[in-house]
Amino acid sequence: MQSTFWGYRRENNRVGVRNHVIILPVDDLSNAAAEAVAHNIKGTIAIPHPYGRLQFGADLDLHFRTLIGAGSNPNVAAVVVIGIEDQWTKKVADGIAATGKPVAGFGIELHGDHDTIMRASKAAREYLQWASEKHRVECELPELWVSTKCGESDTTSGCGANPTVGDAFDKLYAAGCTLVFGETTELTGGEQIVAARCRDDKVRADFMRVFDRYQEVINRHKTSDLSDSQPTKGNIAGGLTTIEEKALGNIQKIGKKCVVDGVLDKAEMPSGPGLWFMDSSSAAAEMVTLCAASGYVVHFFPTGQGNVIGNPILPVIKICANPRTVRTMGEHVDVDTCGLLQRELTMSDAGDKLLDMMFRTANGRLTAAEALGHREFVMTRLYESA
Amino acid sequence: MIHCVLHDPEDSVAVVVVEGVKAGTTLTGLVLDEDRTITLPCVQDIPIGHKVALKDLAVGDTVVKYGIDIGKVVQPISKGQHAHVHNIKTKRW
Repeated sequence: MQSTFWGYRRENNRVGVRNHVIILPVDDLSNAAAEAVAHNIKGTIAIPHPYGRLQFGADLDLHFRTLIGAGSNPNVAAVVVIGIEDQWTKKVADGIAATGKPVAGFGIELHGDHDTIMRASKAAREYLQWASEKHRVECELPELWVSTKCGESDTTSGCGANPTVGDAFDKLYAAGCTLVFGETTELTGGEQIVAARCRDDKVRADFMRVFDRYQEVINRHKTSDLSDSQPTKGNIAGGLTTIEEKALGNIQKIGKKCVVDGVLDKAEMPSGPGLWFMDSSSAAAEMVTLCAASGYVVHFFPTGQGNVIGNPILPVIKICANPRTVRTMGEHVDVDTCGLLQRELTMSDAGDKLLDMMFRTANGRLTAAEALGHREFVMTRLYESA
Repeated sequence: MIHCVLHDPEDSVAVVVVEGVKAGTTLTGLVLDEDRTITLPCVQDIPIGHKVALKDLAVGDTVVKYGIDIGKVVQPISKGQHAHVHNIKTKRW
């Protein structure tokens, strides 16, 4: 395996693999201005989302943590923040500025959209031209933070695409990378396997606490055995029958050797290398967005039936071992590991094939999702607004 | 050609990994953890990704895949039949 890649070293010494200038709305009301700025200044990316008003408590904390985390991600060179009013705008901008990267905040009230778009566009142009002169430098492999989450899984995920990620994770773990997986409810039926892989009793207790909490949420709100939602209709069409079967396939992503070194809250940044479990939704765009907000810079996304997700900040590498999906949706697949199921590819070869694509992606190759314009940024909500 | 794969020799089901598997086919199954093959009869058409029963299963039996419990049988299943939501249910939730 290679020991270096070419990335962008940021002011806080974290390394990114993209060089985005993002236009980040604090709230739903500011999406229009953010999108207008991104339209004006070619090469910047607006990140619209539907939330940010009248949230409170832990839900509001998560909102800020997600926005500040997304802006702080080392794949982002600079950020223009736009909010309806100045105070929360400043809170987000100041949070991102702690990384040392250029950031400017603009409030719409007392200005209107026209003036805000003009002022923000001027800042965005300066940032974009500044960022365009940044060069990739050779970085050590352990500086790469890699996340994983699967989607539209089917039975080929559990025997092909997910163990491919597992093999790659085993190799990256040994190399000292910072890794994460999550999908709390989708471990149901395999939670004891994850618990057994935890580093020590404290990590195991942390994991079981968040696992049990999510089970309580489901038991409180469910109106059936959840067989209409977990597995999803797509999972069932793909041949997955029960949540236990889905979970056992899901867990293949953490390989055979990785140890779970710690548990993260949603959008929380890990404090060191190793494999982290993040308490998270199993909905694809929510989980990948949380990974971006936690600072991960490359994502492994195994799919069976063909989830088409991308993310504006985090390049999403798709892995598939279902020959029908590769045949019918090939434009979405970055790494085809169908050969695993025909004895044409060993598991270690499949892992190496994914790692090769990881290095190419880290060095600048655009993923299928990036080429196709998939920029799903979906924030997790914890409860109703005030 | 490999028609289906299973993880553990004790599994009750295998996953069909090619399109167009028809009743009457003799299936070649790859035991992933042991890198050897088995054969079994297929008595129903089974779509790609769906499961075929490796043994006869009675109502209430535990269904094993990856060598681990993935649910319970709710309608009798014969070896070679299609095993899915019409005859297997979760034990959770």
